Amino acid sequence: MTGRIVRLAETARPEVSFTFDGAMLTGLDGDTVLTAILQARPDLRPSEFGPERRAGFCLMGACQDCWIWQEQGPRLRACSTPIVAGMALLSEAPRHWPGTEAAP
Amino acid sequence: MSRILIVGAGPAGIRAAERLVEAGLHPVIVDEGARAGGQIYRRPPAGFTRTAAQLYGSEAAKATALHSRFDAMLTAGQVTCHARSSVIALSAGVAHVTGPEGAQQIGFDKLILATGAMDRLAPVPGWQSAGVYSLGAAQIALKSQGVALGARMVLAGSGPLLTLVASQLIRAGAQVAAVLDTAPLADQLAGGVGMALARPWVTLRGALMRAHLRRVYHAAVRLTGIESDANGPTAVWWVDRAGRARSTPCDAVALGWHLRAETHLSDLAGVSMRWDPQFHQWLPQADDYGRAAKDVYLAGDGLRILGADGAELAGKLAATACLQDLGRPAPDVAQDLRRLRRMQRFAKALQRAFPWPADMLRSLPDDAILCRCEGISAGDLRDALPLAGADANRGKALSRVGMGRCQGRYCQLAGAEVLAAKAGVRVAQVGRLRSQPPVRPAPISAYMSDARKDAAE
Repeated sequence: MTGRIVRLAETARPEVSFTFDGAMLTGLDGDTVLTAILQARPDLRPSEFGPERRAGFCLMGACQDCWIWQEQGPRLRACSTPIVAGMALLSEAPRHWPGTEAAP
Repeated sequence: MSRILIVGAGPAGIRAAERLVEAGLHPVIVDEGARAGGQIYRRPPAGFTRTAAQLYGSEAAKATALHSRFDAMLTAGQVTCHARSSVIALSAGVAHVTGPEGAQQIGFDKLILATGAMDRLAPVPGWQSAGVYSLGAAQIALKSQGVALGARMVLAGSGPLLTLVASQLIRAGAQVAAVLDTAPLADQLAGGVGMALARPWVTLRGALMRAHLRRVYHAAVRLTGIESDANGPTAVWWVDRAGRARSTPCDAVALGWHLRAETHLSDLAGVSMRWDPQFHQWLPQADDYGRAAKDVYLAGDGLRILGADGAELAGKLAATACLQDLGRPAPDVAQDLRRLRRMQRFAKALQRAFPWPADMLRSLPDDAILCRCEGISAGDLRDALPLAGADANRGKALSRVGMGRCQGRYCQLAGAEVLAAKAGVRVAQVGRLRSQPPVRPAPISAYMSDARKDAAE
């Protein structure tokens, strides 16, 4: 799988490791989650309503196209969330997440 | 002391805050950005090293002045700023805010909305594919992340951002395969004359930028489709000025037709909206200063789409109105008002030069996706017409166009055009989608922890 984005500048930043759908990926400090994933993948997630996939659209928090999941904790908007070392990101909802079982 | 809340820290919000601080007031600011600046003067994260000249080109001095003015006010404790935060709803004198601090309510006596604008989008068949972005997105990716959204991009649409983003990307080393402008040359010339009369230097700069695009740029284009495979776009199909069908191979597309005012909060604040035929969208009504409803002031592209220079003026004017209404001394703004009128003349000529592609939308194929959020086609909306009538809100209820997670921001205008064409009425008659809170998604967890706190007390 190849990445979508092309880095044109600001490449001398420390690396940040995280996982996406279980695969270990590396972004750069200061990347958004969207940038960090799309430098290794062509998209972020499947669409809930059609056969196509999604990779964000407006990058300014208006379209809500780029919400993805985390193994633990809440969903996040990939275009406005900075990547943090150790994040465990998912393109789809985890099989067991709060709400699918009896509430604690 | 009066509690003044400013929503948005772009050029309008920053200048409004500055004027209030100069009058001895302490405004509270809620901004969605990590660092103040707004979209056009968006700042990269800390630790990035490109210079202001590299980031903002000819506007570097203006950007730097705004950033440093804001930072100085923040450091001096003259303003309170909630960054990375959104106002999601308004009730009498209270803004409901979500952000890193969770959910909170901020009370205010006066509200200044400087919510800016977003790309005005027209659907192109195939635009739902991953790798199709707005023009603004392509610019944000470059400015705040130093990246291009593809290895070979096609930029399409119309308006000043089309030329600007193309030349910024090319200068930064990205490959731009084609710049496809739907504006006919006759419109561009007619509008260009008005633009040059109002703001000759800005117009000249735009024309030179355009000239540098050379053969990558095509005018009077009709966009017919975006072809994709499993990895995203592979080509854009278009019809050139001479009527020839052409295709340009690419792996990313950015679309945009000028800007659309962000009006959800002003709508919730009770501001009246009217259809503006020149800007081809619903815009809030306000006086020259931005007074829009009781204790509500508007400034910047969320009121009138004049761009960053106009937004700075509008911010000062809104704060001035606020001071006048509080019975405080306010500076003379005769010159600012004159400059604002010049900006308005320029903006209207710009709209004439780069028109909304109404014809393209009216003939949008039935199977083209109209609502990107939920994959609803133009045909689905047309099928709703017999029951919904030519009414945007009923069309939304029956087809779900405008009900998705962008809340109609990217489909409302196109949907209105499709409904109006099918019903044989003018687009203004279809009406406007009512804004609904929350105007941004709100994590339910923020409210659950609040409920627990309330229960514990």
